[in-house]
Amino acid sequence: MSPPRLLITAWPHLADRDTTPRIMWTVNATLVPVLAAAIWYFGPSAALVVAAALAGCLVTEGAVRGAASLRDGSAVITGLLLGLCLPAGLPLWMAFVGGAFAIGIGKLIFGGLGQNVFNPALLGRAFLQAAFPVALTTWPSVQTAWWRLRGDNFALPLMSAQPVDVVTAATPLGLWKFERQGTELWRLMIGSTEGSLGETAGLVILAGGAYLAWRNYLNWRIPVSIFTTVAAASAGLHQLDPARFAGPLFMLFSGGLVLGAVYMATDLVTSPVTNGGRWIFGAGIGVLVVLIRVWGGLAEGVMYAILIMNALVPFINRATQPQVFGTAAKGAGT
Amino acid sequence: MGRARQALQLIRRIGFRHGVHPPELKELTAAVPIRRLPFPGEVVLPLSQHAGKPALPLVRAGDRVERGDKVAEADGWMSSPVHASASGTVRGIELCPHPTGAWQPAIRIAVAAHSAQVPRRRMIPDWRGLTREQLVDAVRQAGVVGLGGAAFPTHVKLVPPEDARLDTILVNGCECEPYLTTDHRTMVEYPARVHLGIRIMMTCLGVRRALIGVERNKPDAIAALQATLPGDLDVTVQPLTVKYPQGAEKMLIHALLGREVPSGRLPMHVGAVVHNVASIATIAEVFETGLPLIERIVTVTGRGVRRPSNVIVPVGTRVGELIDSCGGMTDDAREIVFGGPMMGQAQASLDTPVTKGTTGVIVLTAAEVKPQRSYPCIRCGHCLDACPVFLNPQLLGQLAQHERWAEMAAHHLADCMLCGCCGYACPSNIPLTQLFALAKTHLRRHPVAA
Repeated sequence: MSPPRLLITAWPHLADRDTTPRIMWTVNATLVPVLAAAIWYFGPSAALVVAAALAGCLVTEGAVRGAASLRDGSAVITGLLLGLCLPAGLPLWMAFVGGAFAIGIGKLIFGGLGQNVFNPALLGRAFLQAAFPVALTTWPSVQTAWWRLRGDNFALPLMSAQPVDVVTAATPLGLWKFERQGTELWRLMIGSTEGSLGETAGLVILAGGAYLAWRNYLNWRIPVSIFTTVAAASAGLHQLDPARFAGPLFMLFSGGLVLGAVYMATDLVTSPVTNGGRWIFGAGIGVLVVLIRVWGGLAEGVMYAILIMNALVPFINRATQPQVFGTAAKGAGT
Repeated sequence: MGRARQALQLIRRIGFRHGVHPPELKELTAAVPIRRLPFPGEVVLPLSQHAGKPALPLVRAGDRVERGDKVAEADGWMSSPVHASASGTVRGIELCPHPTGAWQPAIRIAVAAHSAQVPRRRMIPDWRGLTREQLVDAVRQAGVVGLGGAAFPTHVKLVPPEDARLDTILVNGCECEPYLTTDHRTMVEYPARVHLGIRIMMTCLGVRRALIGVERNKPDAIAALQATLPGDLDVTVQPLTVKYPQGAEKMLIHALLGREVPSGRLPMHVGAVVHNVASIATIAEVFETGLPLIERIVTVTGRGVRRPSNVIVPVGTRVGELIDSCGGMTDDAREIVFGGPMMGQAQASLDTPVTKGTTGVIVLTAAEVKPQRSYPCIRCGHCLDACPVFLNPQLLGQLAQHERWAEMAAHHLADCMLCGCCGYACPSNIPLTQLFALAKTHLRRHPVAA
């Protein structure tokens, strides 16, 4: 037998089955039911808006980094999440620009995968909100016939949307904030309310999040910390003045809280690496969400809450370094 | 009293935090009895088979040596002698492939016909009747080192410093590395030797209590040890959770005694000394047979070897011959690893010899060789949850990639055991453990002023 060609690789010679592309594609897979729910409520417009945002992300990432860079699946997550936090009637070119901004400014200028400070999808949405405030706050009614477009999706680029014959309505948070009007809880939970595409299917999102947490692809501490903080803060306020402050279940299931807490705040890259830091990060988001919703000028605050806490992640990481084995005060240094 | 303590031990947490759960892969050889291989045609005895200074050769090319003859003398206290593992003629002292990857000086012996291999006299005295000092000296003269992989000279651990207050001997029968089954088979087939080794060690150290930690995936080993417990000694067999690296010294002490060895300190600091179960059995064997440490049990395994086995081989057997005696390699064999898959070193040459510290030889097939593609760090924190000493490998990895060695030292790089948990857990396949090994090497050569 001729001597075999031996390979030399570094230890450890075994690896966990979870790889970065596998994590990313699994997250994408769990977003499919959320997307399906959005299409169920908002018709073909939902699919079109998400597809446009996705296209903006993929084209930008592919153009700068090469098509091979799309295989890790991270640009797809950004595209899907951005699409899911847009209203159904948005002109498609705006969604595309948002996707391009999310990847280009939100991720690539920082150095690409793993380097960005802010959640790219939320940065894309923040950009759109600043650039097209009216389009981003026009919420088509869920009562529309399924097959009808929910707005002027096909508006020409750089043109504003033409008013189309679509019934619009306020979101539950808007209703509460500006008209002190509540929404039935069951509608919030199953998602038949006005809002962004992915804001509306709380239970579907929670199921996807539970699966990801079980696989350890997202850290359960972050959503648990956010939900606990929001529930506790809003329950306290509700006790003080039930007419002014909404109850905890309304706060939890309205707006983008569930989507944000499960899919955006848990973005591995832009959340703390330490478990202690994750509790702080989640609590900070929860407090900011309540502050913005109750006292801010906007009806919804999840996006800004997460972006603000993203900026603090390096400090949170530094403040919560693990205690190295054998350095506890007890017994050390003697 | 005994029962109460047993109940307590069941309640107490018997494991450690963090760590990883690699596939065990022990089924290939766990039930295969140890067999003795015929002598190879040549043995290659590196002068450095132990932690500490390399031994100084005592022979020259052309010398005839007998099995058990000392061929290299220990160079000081932190060193260990080397003995001829087979009778024959010294071919020379040359640079030869060494399991660490570098070429190192080794004594090559052409092995004579089998009839000459029977030892003619007892080289190590009977242990009964020896004083402590004589026992330690005998262990030292026999060249006994830790057989768990690190090859730390055993006699050094038998002479604790004056101020150390040892109360417990911990016997490491975890064998937490996947694939390996040498400790497992030793405990199943030679439990009496393990207990005799503990008795000798207790005499040397003046310690009255011993705990044997065995992972729960070896019930037959636990049963064999329990069935042979000596009535007059305080020895307990403690089943432990199956997790890597359960057998790391600090993790084992934490699991068995609930004590945390302070950073930068030795186990003695918390009153414990840890010995690998195979090393302890070897101490007994050395006194039983009168022969120094010249052979060891090796697990030859992996899907790339045709007949996975547990074998006794003379130290110095070249890996090519060893694998051939286990049926040879399969056609798709691609990588040969010495030691376990988590910390083991891949070998470049089939002429690399088995040394005293070689626990196993794993032949991986092309499909099993880990892919080398890595992705950027996505800050998932899996490495932090894996690190058994609670370092931040994510931060250390980034510092290493920018060659910021001094900052790594400030972030407790010295506490890193290079156990490989972070590299195992990393979904982006970043070679964290290598980066830390590199940083340690760099810091050794260019120490940072404190």
